[in-house]
Amino acid sequence: MYKLVDKRNLGPNLTLYEVQAPRIASSRKPGQFVIVRAFDHSERIPLTIADVNKDTGTVTIIVQTVGKSTAEMETLEVGGGFCDVAGPLGQPSHLDNFGTVVVIGGGLGTAVVYPQAVALKELGNKVISIIGARSSDLVIMKDQLGAVSDKVMVTTNDGSEGIKGFVTDALQQLIDNPDMNIGAVYCVGPVVMMKAVADLTAKYDIHTVVSLNPVMVDGTGMCGGCRVTVGGETKFACVDGPEFDGHKVDFDELADRLTTYQSHERHKDQCRMLKAADKIKE
Amino acid sequence: MSDITAKQRMAIQRQPMPQRDGLERCKDFDEVNTGYDLETAIKEAQRCLQCKNAKCIAGCPVGIDIPGFISKLADGDVAAAAEILRSSNDLPAVTGRVCPQETQCECVCVRCKTDTPVAIGYLERFVADYARENNLEKPKEVSASTGKKVACIGAGPAGITCAGELASMGHDVTLFEAFHKAGGVLIYGIPEFRLPNKVVEHEIKNVLALGVKIEKNVIVGKTVTIDQLFVEGFDAIFVANGAGLPTFMNVPGENLKGVYSANEYLTRSNLMEAHRRDAETPVLRGDKVCVVGGGNTAMDAVRTAKRMGAATSTLVYRRGREQMPARVEEAHHAEEEGICFEFLTAPIEVLGSDDGWVEGLKCVRMELGAPDDSGRRRPVPIEGSDFVIDCDMVIVAIGINANPILTQATPDMNLNKWGYIQANDDLATSIPGVFAGGDIVRGAATVILAMGDGKKAAKSIDNYLKTL
Ligand SMILES: Cc1cc2nc3c(=O)[nH]c(=O)nc-3n(C[C@H](O)[C@H](O)[C@H](O)COP(=O)(O)OP(=O)(O)OC[C@H]3O[C@@H](n4cnc5c(N)ncnc54)[C@H](O)[C@@H]3O)c2cc1C
Ligand SMILES: Cc1cc2nc3c(=O)[nH]c(=O)nc-3n(C[C@H](O)[C@H](O)[C@H](O)COP(=O)(O)OP(=O)(O)OC[C@H]3O[C@@H](n4cnc5c(N)ncnc54)[C@H](O)[C@@H]3O)c2cc1C
Ligand code: SF4
Ligand code: SF4
Ligand code: FES
Repeated sequence: MYKLVDKRNLGPNLTLYEVQAPRIASSRKPGQFVIVRAFDHSERIPLTIADVNKDTGTVTIIVQTVGKSTAEMETLEVGGGFCDVAGPLGQPSHLDNFGTVVVIGGGLGTAVVYPQAVALKELGNKVISIIGARSSDLVIMKDQLGAVSDKVMVTTNDGSEGIKGFVTDALQQLIDNPDMNIGAVYCVGPVVMMKAVADLTAKYDIHTVVSLNPVMVDGTGMCGGCRVTVGGETKFACVDGPEFDGHKVDFDELADRLTTYQSHERHKDQCRMLKAADKIKE
Repeated sequence: MSDITAKQRMAIQRQPMPQRDGLERCKDFDEVNTGYDLETAIKEAQRCLQCKNAKCIAGCPVGIDIPGFISKLADGDVAAAAEILRSSNDLPAVTGRVCPQETQCECVCVRCKTDTPVAIGYLERFVADYARENNLEKPKEVSASTGKKVACIGAGPAGITCAGELASMGHDVTLFEAFHKAGGVLIYGIPEFRLPNKVVEHEIKNVLALGVKIEKNVIVGKTVTIDQLFVEGFDAIFVANGAGLPTFMNVPGENLKGVYSANEYLTRSNLMEAHRRDAETPVLRGDKVCVVGGGNTAMDAVRTAKRMGAATSTLVYRRGREQMPARVEEAHHAEEEGICFEFLTAPIEVLGSDDGWVEGLKCVRMELGAPDDSGRRRPVPIEGSDFVIDCDMVIVAIGINANPILTQATPDMNLNKWGYIQANDDLATSIPGVFAGGDIVRGAATVILAMGDGKKAAKSIDNYLKTL
């Protein structure tokens, strides 16, 4: 068992878990993830390592409750623990001093991109963060990101906070600002958002890194379920990624593959993801 | 041995393996073969001629004393038979079920000349099962502690066997396994209708009872490196991480929803138990399923798909029936279960619907041309023979390669041009103190060869430790 030493609520449906996993804590580099199973019957799910403490041997993950596994995880209590935590998996981020970096998080991606913002700041970058959400009550991690950013911008679809619109509207403002010389963009969020951002930055030839979230099983390159097309080649996101050059990713294919267990009439009765989502709505 | 004449022995027919009805069993995951009872087993054992120069022994990659264990069985002394098996094979209940006997021990049995070979595999399985179920297994002896520490990487047949051998020699052994469960392909790949998990789990328990420790969720190369294991105080390391990297066909449409690698499909249904309706991990249940390939993996996938409720489950193979590398028994069982076969057929495209789901498999017919490097006649497409198989799921089972996670993190290790680890006759690698065996050295091979490597490596490691 991997002991849970801290658990905190960070916002609506957002929970931080600090778990004892000394081997992972000592070998992890920013950008890598773990695969966890909360209980012995649970599915294996991938979660980005937000932070580690090498002295105490703990790993921090920030998890948004979206379905069955993440909901069940919330029933874990400090003192108890996770059945399995495996990692660190994936390639570490290729972080550098780019001068000015725009870090964009949409929805749950905000939690995933946070460690990158921390690391980019440590490397001496000027960090501007953009948080995108549907409405004000869904804006997460503003304080945490604020602490490591030179500036935080918020966009909401309904205009209840910050700029009304999408993260690309905020990004366009930054691009249009002649004093702003954007060296790179780091973007994690829903596939449509990453695609919109990559399309925009491609026009201005701004280096753009995205972190992909295909469905995974083993996380070690053994199953091929996480395959994505990047620059016309098949890549396994768990071993070759999860970060890729946003200008080369086939986002449409990824978005489509993500609906595998969700959308298809013929398979609906077998699709527990749908069932779990229904339960949460109830 | 019971006194019957050679003539009487020769008169006994090979005892058929009792099995569940094909159309009944293909609705569940319970085992197909139900196993001999004691009486049948003894009868089959009496067929063995107890050859002085027993050819069958040389046919077995781990050199089991086959006439020896069969003679004890014929005498009704199953415990003694089990002990003989154990002395050269740590997982007899597994190999008795999954070895390709028809190309190993049984094909060289002298009785092949006159009628049919002694059913060595069935007898091996019987002895192991009977000993387990009746608590006849004698625990292996463990020598006094040597104070030496060994790490075995990968809890598949090679790693488990090596760990067991080393532990009984008195070494302090830790198995490191990437998954949350030990067993390797035996657990995540081979389905329960061929090899029940409880059988594998029992055999693993026996090895752990020798004092072997296991750390799961450790991906060597990521969680910890080989160098770090030496720093942690391990004196030698055995690498047996298998060959887990799926190959795809590289045809259009392969990323459509409803296309799986056999590794993913079998891992979801076996390791993650998605064949159970209440399991957390989902798996698609196709109505018309095509599986591409002709090996054991393809056969397991196509039969699993049938059990998951497919109305038609079809195996598409580019060579002919005779060239299929799968075990003969599996092909035969698949036929009984109503599996369809398309031989001399190769996929050229996966067809999809507007919403991205598999709708068909476009194929071309093949004919066998001149022999290739491997000596097998090479299939060549027949021009203009394209046709479409109507299906909603495609499973690709055309082979596996070396998974690079461990080797990439171990740059000093010499690999061959396909990325497999190079090991010498003693299974030593280019790094002192590091040995390797099983699929990561041989490429996709067999359970018994992996176990043979585990045993051999244990001897080499023991010798190496004596030099320290
Ligand atoms: C490399 C990687 C890193 C990740 N890091 C984090 C993280 O730090 N924090 C976090 O909260 N989540 C992260 N995720 C997403 C997380 O794995 C999924 O949210 C989780 O698997 C959902 O499981 P569930 O059983 O609760 O929901 P499910 O019932 O499985 O699904 C609920 C909904 O989420 C969708 N979904 C399923 N799997 C994924 C997925 N892999 N990505 C996106 N949506 C999915 C489903 O289609 C469905 O609509 C990451 C994913 C990947 C691949
Ligand atoms: C579906 C299928 C059916 C088969 N049927 C048969 C059959 O009927 N008869 C037969 O003889 N053979 C069969 N085979 C082949 C046989 O299973 C293999 O040859 C055998 O399992 C190889 O054993 P191994 O110990 O080398 O590797 P594996 O069994 O592959 O075990 C390797 C283990 O190492 C772990 N691992 C991988 N990477 C790491 C890492 N970096 N760190 C730590 N652990 C790691 C894996 O999770 C796994 O548990 C079949 C194979 C498949 C896939
Ligand atoms: S281990 Fe395999 S090859 Fe050896 S005797 Fe048993 S079934 Fe035959
Ligand atoms: S070759 Fe056949 S008959 Fe002879 S000892 Fe072996 S199993 Fe018995
Ligand atoms: S999750 Fe299986 S290969 Fe990436």
